[in-house]
Amino acid sequence: MTVLGTDEATADRGAPVAGAGAGAPKRRRFEFLYFALRNKKLIIGLSVVLLFVLFAIFGPLFVQHPLTAYGPPRHTPSGTYYFGTDYFGLDVFTQFVYGLRESLFVGLIGGCGATVIGMTLGFISGYKGGLIDEGLNVLCNVELTIPGLVLLILIAGFLHHTSPLIEGLLIACTTWTWSMRAIRAQTFSLVSRDFVGLARLSGEKSRSIIVREIAPNMSSYLFLVFILLFGGSILVAASFDFLGLGPAGGMSLGIMMMNAADWSALPLHTWWWFVPPGAAITCVVGGLYLANVGLDEVFNPKLREL
Amino acid sequence: MRRYLLRKLLIYILTFFIAATLDWVLPRLVPGNPIQQLLAKIELQPGTYNATYKLYMHSFGFDRPWWDQYLSFWKALFHGNLGISIYDFPKPVTSVIADYVLFTLALLIPAILLAYYAGNKVGAMAARRKSLDNTVLPVGYLLTATAYPWLALLLAFLLAAGGIGHFFPISGGFAYGLLPNWDWAFVWSLMTHWFLPFLTLFLVAFGGWAIGMRNLIIYELESDYTHYLEALGAPSRLVRKYAYRNAMLPQLTGLALQLGVIVGGAIVTEVTFAYPGLGYLIFQAVGNDDYFLLQGIFLFIIVGVLAANFIVDIVYVIVDPRTRVGISGA
Repeated sequence: MTVLGTDEATADRGAPVAGAGAGAPKRRRFEFLYFALRNKKLIIGLSVVLLFVLFAIFGPLFVQHPLTAYGPPRHTPSGTYYFGTDYFGLDVFTQFVYGLRESLFVGLIGGCGATVIGMTLGFISGYKGGLIDEGLNVLCNVELTIPGLVLLILIAGFLHHTSPLIEGLLIACTTWTWSMRAIRAQTFSLVSRDFVGLARLSGEKSRSIIVREIAPNMSSYLFLVFILLFGGSILVAASFDFLGLGPAGGMSLGIMMMNAADWSALPLHTWWWFVPPGAAITCVVGGLYLANVGLDEVFNPKLREL
Repeated sequence: MRRYLLRKLLIYILTFFIAATLDWVLPRLVPGNPIQQLLAKIELQPGTYNATYKLYMHSFGFDRPWWDQYLSFWKALFHGNLGISIYDFPKPVTSVIADYVLFTLALLIPAILLAYYAGNKVGAMAARRKSLDNTVLPVGYLLTATAYPWLALLLAFLLAAGGIGHFFPISGGFAYGLLPNWDWAFVWSLMTHWFLPFLTLFLVAFGGWAIGMRNLIIYELESDYTHYLEALGAPSRLVRKYAYRNAMLPQLTGLALQLGVIVGGAIVTEVTFAYPGLGYLIFQAVGNDDYFLLQGIFLFIIVGVLAANFIVDIVYVIVDPRTRVGISGA
């Protein structure tokens, strides 16, 4: 995303890392809440995402027709079939509920996995520097140049069985790159600070310096990275599933769109089959991006519009 | 400058090497032997199966030591031999790719360049006009948050399948009744088939560039040199010009980084519109278990992306004087 371009820019220029060297922790927490509750972008973005997450959790309670119960085919949305039925007479609302669950799950796995990989490599690279940094940086650049979806297609072409978990992990393996670059840049700017030098002098081990001194000082930044990767993974998973490479026998928002395209939803005008899944993706990912901008303003005093 | 470009070139060569090795390793690493999977499609007596299996293992060289297989893989690669396609048997993979690549280039190059240009312009305008910003920002975020397959389906439904009207054809690269021929009817058919896939790619990328440029300009307009220029009494047009130039650099880096995403989007879009480009072809290759074609397209896309990256690098050297004197190696 281009959000990335900005991240890089601010990171390169050594933008203030939120919370670094702040005062009393208690006051800071209240201050955070104060600004968080007054940030419209954060509130709107987060509520949209929460709404869909809650819907994914409690949705099955509202499902009236099981996934494999055939009703009238291509029924328009109505009181009994909230989102209508598909070409075969299966309830679209039911598919939507279970599809949303799986899409969010894959996105979560992808986002978490990519954040962990990016964090690990970024910290090591930024902290150690030298040859290790050079090597990891080259690896990152190589991976960055290989288009993620194309690599995923190559892997999926040979690997015929995927599960949602494997799908999420595969996505994580192709999206960690830019988060590593960003975290590496942030780590660079932190390593030269006095408190890290002090920790080093006092004989702390590298791992504990990274975990106890560096990571907490960019925790807000790491959270932002996770949010962006979460959204990005949902988008990649949608394309991946749409190409028919997703888990066989499962249901996801991407698979719904694939089925709609495969079974003439366009010429037959069964728009209710493919509009809800895509709209849900746009809402969730858009909500995540918006929340990201809002959080950035909350964490970074320079950006507050007050 | 020399050092900068040499370093980039080295990374690209390494990327190609790793990509080609991946191409070779993956079929051997992943559980399930490709030959078993191909043979599973035809029913054979157990005795015949074993003989056929052995024959194919031998003729594809799978019974040779791995280093020998790897070396002959590279040898074939340098001879431009990517194997024979199964999907379009008995054509060699390279000539199948050649049939499809022009469509992809015709789609990608205008989409990337126009979205980049328009996105940057609109983003810069939004940064200085609040009224414009109020529409550009939400629309931009919505567009970047949209999944390619959905936008493609939506546009196809609204503009091609009769949701609003039948303005464009819904699938294919040109009308079925026509033969490739440079006359007006054929060119018109090409254009109408091209437009919707192009629009899909354009819109998603446009949103990202607009938001990125807007944020960068706002960031630049708060920096020291802006305040200094303003204090000197420079006209705001001049200030904005400098801000725009400075904001171009991260956007240019972003262009190289975004290439992969756009290529991925093109694959999905081509599949939705059955547009006969490389994305549609790789989809067919996966669907038909055409491993040679799959590997060939993968390598081909990598080479294309590397070439595009190198062009961006050269443009960067031209645009940013610092790389020329070697102060910073971005």
